[in-house]
Amino acid sequence: MLKKISGAVMVLFLLVGLTGTSQAAKQQVNIAVVWGGAELSAFEAVAAPFEKETGIDVVIESVGRDLSTVLFTRFQAGNPPDMAAMPNPGQMREFVTQKGLAPLDPAIVSDHPAAFKNLGSVNGKLYGVFIGADLKSLIWYDPKAFKAKGYPIPTTWSDLLVLSDRIAADGAAPWAIGLKSGAASGWPGTDWIEDIMLRAAGPEVYDQWVRHDIKWTSPPVRRAWELFGRIVRNEKYVFGGTMGALSISFGDSPAALFTQSPHAYLHRQATFIQSFIKKANPSLVAGQDYDVFVFPPIDAKVGNPLLGAGDLISVFRDKPEAMQFIKYLASAKAQEIWVKKLGKLGVNARIDPAAYPDPITAKAARLLQQADAFRFDGSDLMPAAVGSGTFWSGVLDYVGGKDLDAVLERIEKSAESAYK
Amino acid sequence: MLRTRWWTPWLFTLPALAVLVFFLIYPSLETVYLSFLDKHAQAFVGLANYVRVFTSGETLVAFRNNAIWLVFFTTLCVSFGLMLAVLLDRVRYEWLAKSVIFLPMAISMVGASVIWKFIYAYRPPGIPQIGLLNALVVRFGGQPQGWLVSRPWNNLSIVMVGVWIWTGFCMVVLSAAYKDIPRDVLESARIDGASEWQIFWRIVLPMMRSTILVVTTTMIVFVLKIFDIVYVMTNGNFDTEVLANRMYKMFQYPDLGQASTLAVILLLLILPIIFFHLRQARVRDEAST
Repeated sequence: MLKKISGAVMVLFLLVGLTGTSQAAKQQVNIAVVWGGAELSAFEAVAAPFEKETGIDVVIESVGRDLSTVLFTRFQAGNPPDMAAMPNPGQMREFVTQKGLAPLDPAIVSDHPAAFKNLGSVNGKLYGVFIGADLKSLIWYDPKAFKAKGYPIPTTWSDLLVLSDRIAADGAAPWAIGLKSGAASGWPGTDWIEDIMLRAAGPEVYDQWVRHDIKWTSPPVRRAWELFGRIVRNEKYVFGGTMGALSISFGDSPAALFTQSPHAYLHRQATFIQSFIKKANPSLVAGQDYDVFVFPPIDAKVGNPLLGAGDLISVFRDKPEAMQFIKYLASAKAQEIWVKKLGKLGVNARIDPAAYPDPITAKAARLLQQADAFRFDGSDLMPAAVGSGTFWSGVLDYVGGKDLDAVLERIEKSAESAYK
Repeated sequence: MLRTRWWTPWLFTLPALAVLVFFLIYPSLETVYLSFLDKHAQAFVGLANYVRVFTSGETLVAFRNNAIWLVFFTTLCVSFGLMLAVLLDRVRYEWLAKSVIFLPMAISMVGASVIWKFIYAYRPPGIPQIGLLNALVVRFGGQPQGWLVSRPWNNLSIVMVGVWIWTGFCMVVLSAAYKDIPRDVLESARIDGASEWQIFWRIVLPMMRSTILVVTTTMIVFVLKIFDIVYVMTNGNFDTEVLANRMYKMFQYPDLGQASTLAVILLLLILPIIFFHLRQARVRDEAST
């Protein structure tokens, strides 16, 4: 009996010893990301050269849209992933206040523009690195359709409305707007309102709004919503009317521009929508069959500040493999792969312009470099209860016909407790 | 011969009790405690969370919708189940019909929600409809509807998905109870000249009473916690919010105080039903001994 027990114990120790040593030999770093599909394979392609060069195994956990919940619960349980693609800077800030993230070496972002360095920092310390950016202030159109009808590219907001009236008078719907996005429905509307807010009230007021230094019920915010409503709530302006806007998903909506006889002519969306356009209509050629112009200014005094977003990476566990990987991700080499595969815009200034896969992305990159001012997507910066909660549902309620003041009051109420 | 001390039964149940305490009792008590703390679960705020739950517009909408689910889901599930159990007993293809109706139970709720999302899909009038329901509506001359968007009927659209899944369960359980009724009782009633309606209301239903009660309370306990279907189909937008989805969102923000408060409220709503259910079971046990 004793022999049997001691025999079993020895086997147990042997197994533990073996697994222990085998794990110590292989260095690895795991990173939790929200991406799936094309974005996930692009990220795997970014990680591949690093793995080959350093021998460190990069384990990518594709978590999906519930990344914020997963990160939060794992962090609370004391078991966060080594690194994560932060859903947005607002959430990164929440983790920093709870002392969850490791500060990063500022030298790794020396080639990044100041705007992005600041967005990744809290109180002067760097906690997040952007591997790519998205420009949001773009309106997509079909140059051939415009030429056929003789439509001009609008350069001011009033010109944009005049063009919309003209297209509506010609019998088509000027705008393709799709707000549906599963659990995140409503977010495209928040981009609209942020773009309008930037141009109608200016970047300083925009910052105040995002920080909740001014209320949601204040006049500049209310005006931005009203201007958005001028387009989206006008049944003649939107393909499918408000019902269409609420029911059609953001990825499906630009396809309306490219039907045999166009159902719509304008679509306001960020650079990433290109992959959706190509998936629905693979034969289209960038620059010829579809192109972009920048969202026009509203108040001439404000100029044309640009709205954008980015993919932010942070480190939870301060270990050498993680620090090496994030240094690699900040570099031009890694970002060129990311940019080439996805048509996103790189943040590192040293990226070879030839890395951009098509003229539209190159155009967006140029616009970003030349911008008067640049601001990060507001709903990503706000605390999640507002930015991923009441702001989204507020857009859906407003487009669905609810009274604007009621909608703004509800968001304001949630903001009061969320910003504490 | 094993001599039983007073503590022997406790010893036997100790492992199960330990699991129960550790994974059920302790977390429940902890949740109640958290409901009195703030969003970061640090500062004590007393009843502030409860006040906010009962004054917040969104949560009140969630209460209303849970009530809608409670009434419509339970009634439709149990009545359809009952109707099918009684009617299918008379046909030869009973086994086929029952299998087909029970099949949705094999699909996960998320899977069913995705299926129905496509069925309810909307495209503007004038272009081909990709949603089954709108395609049928347009074929018969109507205008496509936003089934998931138009308030307040969108709640019923979502309830129907739940009914589609769970009617099979009710039908199967009620069918077993129906077949338990002695045939000679029904035969003698028919001989005495009772109509089928009378037989149904005066004989069948009273004899199935306890099973119907069990099925109904099971459905009620289930529907108060409804989450998956609402989360996948609308995520609570367009006034379709339910309490469990609200709780899930609160955990994401994070607002631990509010989330725990909603959990406690859900528990308080469900507990009376469970006590009623258990009391019924005890009454049944005592009646049969």
